[in-house]
This record gives sequence, structure tokens and C-alpha cells, in this order.
Amino acid sequence: MAEVVESIVRGMGLGGVYALLGVAFVIIYRATGVINFAQPALMILGAYVTSWFGVSNGLPFFLAVLLGMAVMAIVGMVVERLALRPMVGRPAFSAATVTVGVFIVLLIVAGRLIGSELLTVNDPWGLETVELGGATIFVVDLAKLVIALVAIGLVGLFLARSRVGLAMRATAFDQETSLAQGINVGRMFGLSWAISAALASLAGALVASGASGVETTTALVALKALPVIILGGLDSIKGSVVAGLIIGIAESLTRTYQPLYAPWLGANFDIIVPYLIMIIVLMVRPYGLYGTKEVVRV
Amino acid sequence: MSTTDTVRPDPAPARPSRAATRSLRGRPALYTSYASELAIFNTGTKKFWVGALVVAVLLLPFALQRDMVALVATVFVFAIGGIGLNLLTGYAGQVSLGQAFFLGVGAYTAAVFGGESSRGVIGLGWDMAIWLPLAGLVPALIALVLAPLAARVRGLYLAILTLGLVFIGEHIFKEADAITGGAGVGRAPAEPIFLGFNLFDRYEVFGYRIDRFTTFYYACFVIFVVMAVLARNLVRSRFGRSFAAVRDRDVAAEVMGVSLLRTKTIAFAISSFYAGIAGALLSIIIGRISPETWNFFLSVEFLAVIFIGGLASISGAIAGAVFVVMLPKLVNNLTGFLPVSSGVGQGGILNVFELQTIIFGLLIVLFLILEPRGLYGLWIRVRNYFKAWPFSY
Repeated sequence: MAEVVESIVRGMGLGGVYALLGVAFVIIYRATGVINFAQPALMILGAYVTSWFGVSNGLPFFLAVLLGMAVMAIVGMVVERLALRPMVGRPAFSAATVTVGVFIVLLIVAGRLIGSELLTVNDPWGLETVELGGATIFVVDLAKLVIALVAIGLVGLFLARSRVGLAMRATAFDQETSLAQGINVGRMFGLSWAISAALASLAGALVASGASGVETTTALVALKALPVIILGGLDSIKGSVVAGLIIGIAESLTRTYQPLYAPWLGANFDIIVPYLIMIIVLMVRPYGLYGTKEVVRV
Repeated sequence: MSTTDTVRPDPAPARPSRAATRSLRGRPALYTSYASELAIFNTGTKKFWVGALVVAVLLLPFALQRDMVALVATVFVFAIGGIGLNLLTGYAGQVSLGQAFFLGVGAYTAAVFGGESSRGVIGLGWDMAIWLPLAGLVPALIALVLAPLAARVRGLYLAILTLGLVFIGEHIFKEADAITGGAGVGRAPAEPIFLGFNLFDRYEVFGYRIDRFTTFYYACFVIFVVMAVLARNLVRSRFGRSFAAVRDRDVAAEVMGVSLLRTKTIAFAISSFYAGIAGALLSIIIGRISPETWNFFLSVEFLAVIFIGGLASISGAIAGAVFVVMLPKLVNNLTGFLPVSSGVGQGGILNVFELQTIIFGLLIVLFLILEPRGLYGLWIRVRNYFKAWPFSY
């Protein structure tokens, strides 16, 4: 019993990170119709910047995280302005391919900055544990989940209540009409990239916290947010949260029990569980749990 | 009613008479029949230069070092894979990040049927005449099974699905020890013995000594030409036109009776067939294949081939393959003049591998923003400039 609880809590921590990354994808997708394949590189750069503030300059963890998010927001805006703005009005697949190019460039830059050592972020949790009904739970997993949910909640509140959030939602709904209503659509694109990059940075800091740390190859973790958004629905923030938790817990349970009950599936099978879930979702319900079913008009 | 809009009542074009296909003297751009406009060599200049290029390629191994011959053979292989991806992404408008997976499936299919069994690795040792088609067919079958998943929804779903495929594939390649040799170990590729002739061996022809790389160079070239001509013919056929219709406006295509599911599935399967052939040949050039070869970054290299070379253009894919394969060599030769370290270490600003990867990334972005038609588009611009030279139009 304790083992199940421990595994589920670990999965929830993981799921919180996936949810953050999923929301980062969804925000850009809703605003611009582009799936941002550069997200993993933004995450890893965010982890590096957070680590630079927190470890190299000795700033407190939360301040370092906020500064990292701010820096990455600027990076996101610059990337959008330089690489994505010229693609407005072009087919979505061209713009998505541009983000693949951006991904490669940023990943090499991040790899060069990080080098070959394991990056830590000097987080306050480390390896601390709490006892919960016989189960030993890592504080860092709870912290990941709570911080992720709070951040997503704040973004949701911003989109739902603020004037700029309303403008962003309007842009997502219909770009030309928003333009006619006096909304600066280009600025909304930049803003959505900024928010998305900041969330990716936060996710990077969370991935690096605890005992894990971050190296360049950790970037591929962020690609698991793609199964998350397929499961949740490409345009649903709520879907990202639910799907993130489902996929995180599924992956964690697989890591705990697959070596015991199905060793023939091979080592590290948990890494591909999200993608298998994605294939099943595409078979059964291609628009996801909460996504808008696409209506094609002639 | 303008002549270009004329609807042909008979879908099967009648073979035009000789007189109709021959263009008027001195007027290469004047076409007197639909068939002559759609011909592979619709101008005499094209025919001449393609012929010249083929002769040059045939003579090339006698002028080059051995490692360069192997590199040019790699160009042919990348061109085959690139043409396949271009059929799917350029013509049918479906982005695929999964080319590496299908290359891997092709390579392992070839290795299982054409390789030798050793130390727990399966190998049937069949002839290349059997394993080469199989190396294309098996990936195509897998694509046939998977395509309906991605074709049910519009947009970028195929990109996401194929990305997942690369990771799932890497896991399977690492675990299926009997087929792939397992992670970090790898296995020997297929034996290129075609109807008894070893295509990776030295021969003496009329007193000339032809080394093994040169032999394989010619083999790759022949396969490449066949595949390229097939692709060129495919895009001129009704399949090619339905690909373009789906890419340009899927709703309009469906209204006109083009089945989206069928078209996307065919494009995906054919693209995977090309990838499988390319993977099988690539594995022979590499010499020993490990499961880690077929990763996400190999897929990006193939994206670079078509986006740098030119979308929806067979010659563009070939130009892109030349560029992508030759770039590392070029970067290597320039290391003396650039602030990069030649090894794989951490010295300098960047090492060679990092520099070439960054160049790929930047070029994909720059070409998409500035010249979406790629190198092929640059060539069109140059050609149009000189067409009316010295006038600007």
C-alpha cells in the first residue's frame, strides 16, 4: 500500500511539471495555431538561468526562479519577434518547422552553457521526506505539484480576469476581428510566447530540483508534454492539468511495477508510456479529453 | 474561356504524335500539347544538363579520394530519404518527424533478411534482390497501419505522432536484441550481394581497378536514379495532384472527390518506403549500426534536407541532400579559420558537431522565412534573372 502511495505522489510531482509544460504549449497553440517544438530547449535554458542566479550568484531559490522566468520571458519574446513573426499568415506546418530549427539552435546553446556537469538549482527541499500513513513521501514532489498548480492558476486567472488576458483570448478566438477592435495582435503573440517561455523556465527549475538535477539530454523530458496536450486537448488549459497528472501518474506507476510484472518490456519502459497513451488517445478520441472537436465548414 | 482552364474530358492522356511533342524551333517555352508541358524533360536545356550531370557523376569516382566517394554515396542515400520525405511534407503537406524511425526499420529489415547471423543476432543472408524491396515494404506497411491515426485529424498531429514514434522506436530497437544487437552493441548491416555480385567489393574492369566504395557508389547511384525518376513520375500523376490538392486546401480537395484519408495514407506509406530503402543503404555505408543511430536528430537532418533544398521539388531534395551531407566536411575544412575546436571536446566557442548543428537550425529558420522554396527557389531566381538578361524583366 505504502508503495502505491509513494509511486502516485511521485507521479503527481512529475505530472505537475508535465501540466506546466502542457499549458505552455497550449497558450502558444491557442494564440498562434503553432505547436512550439522549441519548448524543450526553452525549459533547459530556463533551468540553466535559474541555476546561474541560484547557485553561481547565491540568490535565494524563489528569487532565482522568478528571475529565471523573467529572463526566459524576454528570450521567448525575442524568439517570437525574430523567427515566428515573419511566419504570420504562412501555413502552420512551416511555422512549426521554424520552431524545430529554433529548438536545435537553442539546444546547442544550452548544451554549451551547461557543459557536461549536472545542473542543480539549490532548492530548499533536497531529499527531505515526510511520513504519511506509513508511506515515505519526498517533499520535492509535493512542492512540484503545488507550485505548478499555483502557477497555472495564476495564468488562468490572468487570462480570465485581466484586460490583457481578455485581449489574448480574443486574439486566440479570431485574429482579424481582434485587430479590427484595436487589439495589437502582434503584441499578443509576443506575450503568449513570453508567458509560455516563463512557464517552461519554471518547469525546468522544478525538474532540476530535488535529487535529480538537469543535463542537456533532460530537454527531451519536455517533449512528453506533447502526449499531454494530445490527451488533454490541444486548446484546453484544464485538459493539460488533468492529462499532465494522468500521464505523470501512469509513468510513475509503470516505473514502479513494470520491472516486477512485465520485465519483458525492457529497461526504462516508463519513458515511452506517455507516447503509447498518446497513440491510444489518437485512436479513440483524437481531439482529447477537453479539446474542441473541430468543425469543418465548406 | 482561357486555354489553361480547358477541362480535358478524357482522364487518360492520349499519347501525342511526334510532331505535337516537338516544340517549335527557338521557342522552348511554347508548348503545343498538354503532354509535352508535363514531360519530365519539358525543355531541351533540361535534358542536356541532366545528361551532363549524369556523365559527371559517373566519372566522379575517378577524380576523388576514397572517403569523398563514400561521402557522395551518402549524398545519394540522403537524397532518396529526402525525396521520400518531400513527397509527404512538400507535396502532401504533412510534416513528419519520424523519418529516422523508418530509416531504422528499413536498416534492420535489411539486416535481418540480408545479414549474417552471429552471436544471438538473427540474419537470413538472402540476396539483395529480395532484401532491398523488403527494406522498403516493411516500413511502408507500418506506415499503412499508423496513418489512419494521424489522418483522422488535421494539422500537426502527424508531426506529434511521428515524434512519439521515434522515441518508441528507439526503445524497441534498444530492447530487441535478437534483431538489433541491443543498446550500445549494435550489429553488422546487410550484405549487399545482388544476384551473386558483391556490390561492396573491388573489381577489375578493362584493366581499371575499382575499389569497394566506388562499386557501392555506382550501386547507390543507380538505385537513387530509379527512385528519383519514380518520384518525379508519381508527382506528375493523379496521385501527385491529389497530394498537392490536400496540401493546398483539404476541404476543397475533399469536395472535389479526393479522399483525404486515402491520400494521406498513400503519401505516408510511399514516404516510409523511400526512408526504408535509404536506411538500408545508409547502414551499409556506416558499416555497423547501433540502435542509437536512429534518433530525433537524424529526423531533423532530413527535415533540413527538404527545407534547405526546397519543398515540393525532387531536384530541391537532391540539392538539399548534397548540402546537408557536404556541410560537415566543409565545416571541418574551415576549422582552421573559425574559432571552433576540431575535436568533440569543450574547447573553443563551439566544436565542429555543434557548429554544423547550429548551422542546420539557423538555415532551416532562415530559408523558411526568407526563401520558402529553398535552394531550388534561389536557382529559380537566378534563372529568371538571366532569362531576360540584360533586362530586369
